[in-house]
Amino acid sequence: MIDLIHTYWLYFLVGQYPQGPLGGVALTVLLAGFALLLSMPFGLAMGLARTSGRRALRWPATGLVYLVRGIPLLLVVFWTYFFLPSVTGHKTDQFNTMLIALVVFDSVYLGEIVRAGIQGVPSGQYESARALGLGHGRAMRSVILPQALRSMLPSLVNQFVSTIKATSLGYIIGLTDTSFIATQINTQVFTKAPQVYLLLSLTYFILCFGLSRFAFALERRLGRRTSSPSPAAAAGPAA
Amino acid sequence: MIEFNNVNKWYGKYHALIDVSEKIGKGEVVVVCGPSGSGKSTLIRTINRLEAIDSGSITFDGEDIHAPGVDINRLRSRIGFVFQQFNLFPHLTVLRNCTLAPQAVGGLSPAQARDKAMALLERVGLAHKADAWPSELSGGQQQRVAIARALAMAPPLMLFDEPTSALDPEMVGEVLLVMRDLVRDGMTLVVVTHEMGFARDVAHRILFMDQGRILERATPREFFDHPQHPRARQFLADIRTPNTAAD
Amino acid sequence: MPGFDLALLLHGQYHEWLVAGLLVSLKLAGVVLACALPLAIVIALLRLAPHRALRAIGATYVEVIRNVPLLAHLLFWYFGAPELLPDAVKEKLYAGNFEFIAAAIALTLYAAAFMAENIRSGIRAIPAVQFEAGRALGLSFLGAMRRVVLPQALRVTVPPLLSQAIIFWNDTSVATVIGVGEMMYQGARVETASFRSAEAFVFITAAYLAGSLSLTALGAWVQRRWPVRTF
Repeated sequence: MIDLIHTYWLYFLVGQYPQGPLGGVALTVLLAGFALLLSMPFGLAMGLARTSGRRALRWPATGLVYLVRGIPLLLVVFWTYFFLPSVTGHKTDQFNTMLIALVVFDSVYLGEIVRAGIQGVPSGQYESARALGLGHGRAMRSVILPQALRSMLPSLVNQFVSTIKATSLGYIIGLTDTSFIATQINTQVFTKAPQVYLLLSLTYFILCFGLSRFAFALERRLGRRTSSPSPAAAAGPAA
Repeated sequence: MIEFNNVNKWYGKYHALIDVSEKIGKGEVVVVCGPSGSGKSTLIRTINRLEAIDSGSITFDGEDIHAPGVDINRLRSRIGFVFQQFNLFPHLTVLRNCTLAPQAVGGLSPAQARDKAMALLERVGLAHKADAWPSELSGGQQQRVAIARALAMAPPLMLFDEPTSALDPEMVGEVLLVMRDLVRDGMTLVVVTHEMGFARDVAHRILFMDQGRILERATPREFFDHPQHPRARQFLADIRTPNTAAD
Repeated sequence: MPGFDLALLLHGQYHEWLVAGLLVSLKLAGVVLACALPLAIVIALLRLAPHRALRAIGATYVEVIRNVPLLAHLLFWYFGAPELLPDAVKEKLYAGNFEFIAAAIALTLYAAAFMAENIRSGIRAIPAVQFEAGRALGLSFLGAMRRVVLPQALRVTVPPLLSQAIIFWNDTSVATVIGVGEMMYQGARVETASFRSAEAFVFITAAYLAGSLSLTALGAWVQRRWPVRTF
């Protein structure tokens, strides 16, 4: 197994870059990070809509949550992959397909995290802000959200872990991510399948476990337990 | 200043406020008391619309508070409200707690808001804690900051919803002191409280409530020495000699 | 894009493919649920056991399984694991319906890790004094668990478990990567054969939504019928 690592480590980490597109672990982390970042504004909007007093905002948001959580991420990927080209006029590459699908998914899950965060702030805070004469928007901005966001930090990190795992689905549409590269290595080496796939698992494990521990440390430092019972399980699809 | 006109409120089937009518004049200090569940907190919370009403009207300086289309934020900036649970903003310093509303709603510049806040903190005896975080303060100190925060908008009316009920006994005094100070300055106060000593010494009028109605209105002397309504008498008796032979 | 042809969904070859796919998805989900739940209870109890070694085994299982994506699990069990077996066994495996078996193994192990955490949280939600009261009456660790804690924990655990079930119903889709003939596989197959993917994907979307929403409704009903009663 050591010589496997020795021969292929660079390929595994960055794919064919710079002689080709970026791949491997670097691609996985970049894709996940980028997707999560892009999802944040949408996630915030979703969370606010879900906790809004106005039905016109709350119902569509709730409907969207039930829809997206009720179907596999892979299905969203397939919809994007097969249909976006006919809508936009040109073929979407694998990276952008995965990115769009992940943003759709993460926005909904982040929205739920934001919602939990907002609902976790004691109701007296909102009341006293309004009693001072602050409008709803200002009360949210200056009083509720700052407190909510702080408690959401561990859940955010766990969502990052979920997203990293979700990027593996790119394999199915041919994205040169970590899993794809591993399979390429396997076809080249051919006789060491267990080792290759164990190494693949180990890579994900180091990445994800490391981040989970970081989230756990964050949770402890913030001095409060988050409301979700089991962070990685509550964070969303298991892909 | 405040006028209740046949106010009714329901929580589902529960009739929380029943045909409440009352007038509170400028400069008056009114204490609302009664057994728990009597509706006193609900009543005071309808004044700044933290609770809605189902019928009747409440006017503040002639303006109907519960009418649709009313600028509720502007109204609330003219009514100070002090909660039982203090509700200071934990992510802001004491000073920032007090300057938030004046800057955001009152349109004051940061410097003006700061000066005003410091003066108020001085008045409640906590100027030296201006840069502290709420979590570093005792309950009594937090409540005094809450009072300063409510005063920062220079409201003509202050509402207190059981301001000392959540405090350890040794800290009740410091908060009541601040409230007496406000009375001395001629502020209009409506206070829901169990602190009968405060009521007796400071209030101009006492409203006794039970099961959603105002049953008795009297000066403190009349109320404590010659209560009229049987339930008022029961309430006072229960306070003075706790009923150990109950059940 | 050519017009949406509902007839395609209702009869003909593509319809048969999709329905066959749905049946495989349901079968896979059923097998996983049946096998994962008992395993999850075992892991949860391991994590709560009085012996440190047992707790470590449970914790290691959960952390290792959870931090690796399902896709990698599937690849390992289908491509990697058989290589560890003698050739004769390997031949027989690949000749039969090994894709389904590998998917079932991967999904079961994966689901059990998450469900174990839900169960563990549910058990921990029951005040420790309940367990102590059971032990004080003379029950063993397992006895106290079985008779005192688990019955109470069940009510608390059912809602999160149902949420988890929705996630795993959706996760059966990933099995397509190793060639299991479930819905996504069939959908892609229809697309390749007919270049008409809209109808197939609408079918698949409806099927997954039906499953998820039924489970959600079931959860709501359970919570109303058997509400969590605390002190």
